[in-house]
Amino acid sequence: MSEQLLVDIGLLTLVTALAIAAIEVRSLFGAAMLAGVYSLVMALEWTTLHAIDVAFTEAAVGAGISTVLLIGALVHVGRDEKKPRRRVDLRGLVVVGITGAFLVYGTLDMPAFGDPQAPVHTHRAVRLVEQQVGKLPGGPGERHAAVENAADTAFEPTSVVGSDPLDLVDDFAGHVPNMVTSVLATYRGYDTMFETVVILIAGMSMMLLLQRRRKDVR
Amino acid sequence: MKEQLVLRVVAKCLIPPILIFGCYIITHGELSPGGGFQGGIVLASAFILHALIHGRATLHQAFPRNLWATIATIGALIFAGVGTYSLLRGGQFLDYGWIVPSHPAKGEPWGMTLVEYGVGLTVCSVMVLIYDMISEPAEDDPTVDEDSA
Repeated sequence: MSEQLLVDIGLLTLVTALAIAAIEVRSLFGAAMLAGVYSLVMALEWTTLHAIDVAFTEAAVGAGISTVLLIGALVHVGRDEKKPRRRVDLRGLVVVGITGAFLVYGTLDMPAFGDPQAPVHTHRAVRLVEQQVGKLPGGPGERHAAVENAADTAFEPTSVVGSDPLDLVDDFAGHVPNMVTSVLATYRGYDTMFETVVILIAGMSMMLLLQRRRKDVR
Repeated sequence: MKEQLVLRVVAKCLIPPILIFGCYIITHGELSPGGGFQGGIVLASAFILHALIHGRATLHQAFPRNLWATIATIGALIFAGVGTYSLLRGGQFLDYGWIVPSHPAKGEPWGMTLVEYGVGLTVCSVMVLIYDMISEPAEDDPTVDEDSA
């Protein structure tokens, strides 16, 4: 058993315990804090999986802003849950159990954890790493590819194209070193754009809903 | 919480580094982990920290609520504008290579950088707005300002 696996098991056990605690605890303030700690431990787990961007987001959003917003909401709803809930809802347990069993059954078809021969590493990722996805034939991307082949290595400033000083290939030969940003901003550009719009709409909705409520109160 | 000396001093020391770090994350989005989204949230946390300690009224004095809404919209428009610009230059929507058609290898980082700035602006201002709205006092409050109406 590798050290990596030990750390993973430890962190994920902690995450599960924190999640259950966040649901079970009666004090809402405690629940908000536990949710923040949950995000922080998840950020550690993402870091051990080398998903630094995800870890970054989890730490900033989950542990940072979300906790502040939850506590801000607590000012309005009070610090404690009103009434104790039923301990176990059998119907819910059955539904959740069946769904969970199906999900576990689904993972049986997946390649082993960390398998380098998994399709995700061989099928599309290669082109994503080369940042060639979405380059149209006949478009500037084709020239891009030609420049790239001539440049050979990504991190070497090279001059390949003609005498035009503006044609100097930049340090990264058109690559953006942070692959995640590259995928998010270009390959999934529409997705990211409408994510931004969703955030904008969320802010606008907050303004519309809560500002109107204040006027009604008056 | 304005009377808490420790809070005030710590916040005063922390806010400038947080702002610089947020800008760093946004501007280095294509080079290192992070990007517009994370950087925007770090930026927003600086404003929220200030509002937490000095009250939202002081935040509204410097940055009225409508300004945040405007910045958020501008950020989204920057994203869409970069896409439209590449469309007008003859490429596809959000095909950043067409921003500098003679040299797509320069256009791609340009596009991504501008887009990250847009995302950063939107996320930062929306997060501040959401905090502003959530901490809105429900009952009548003399500190409630009218600049938003």
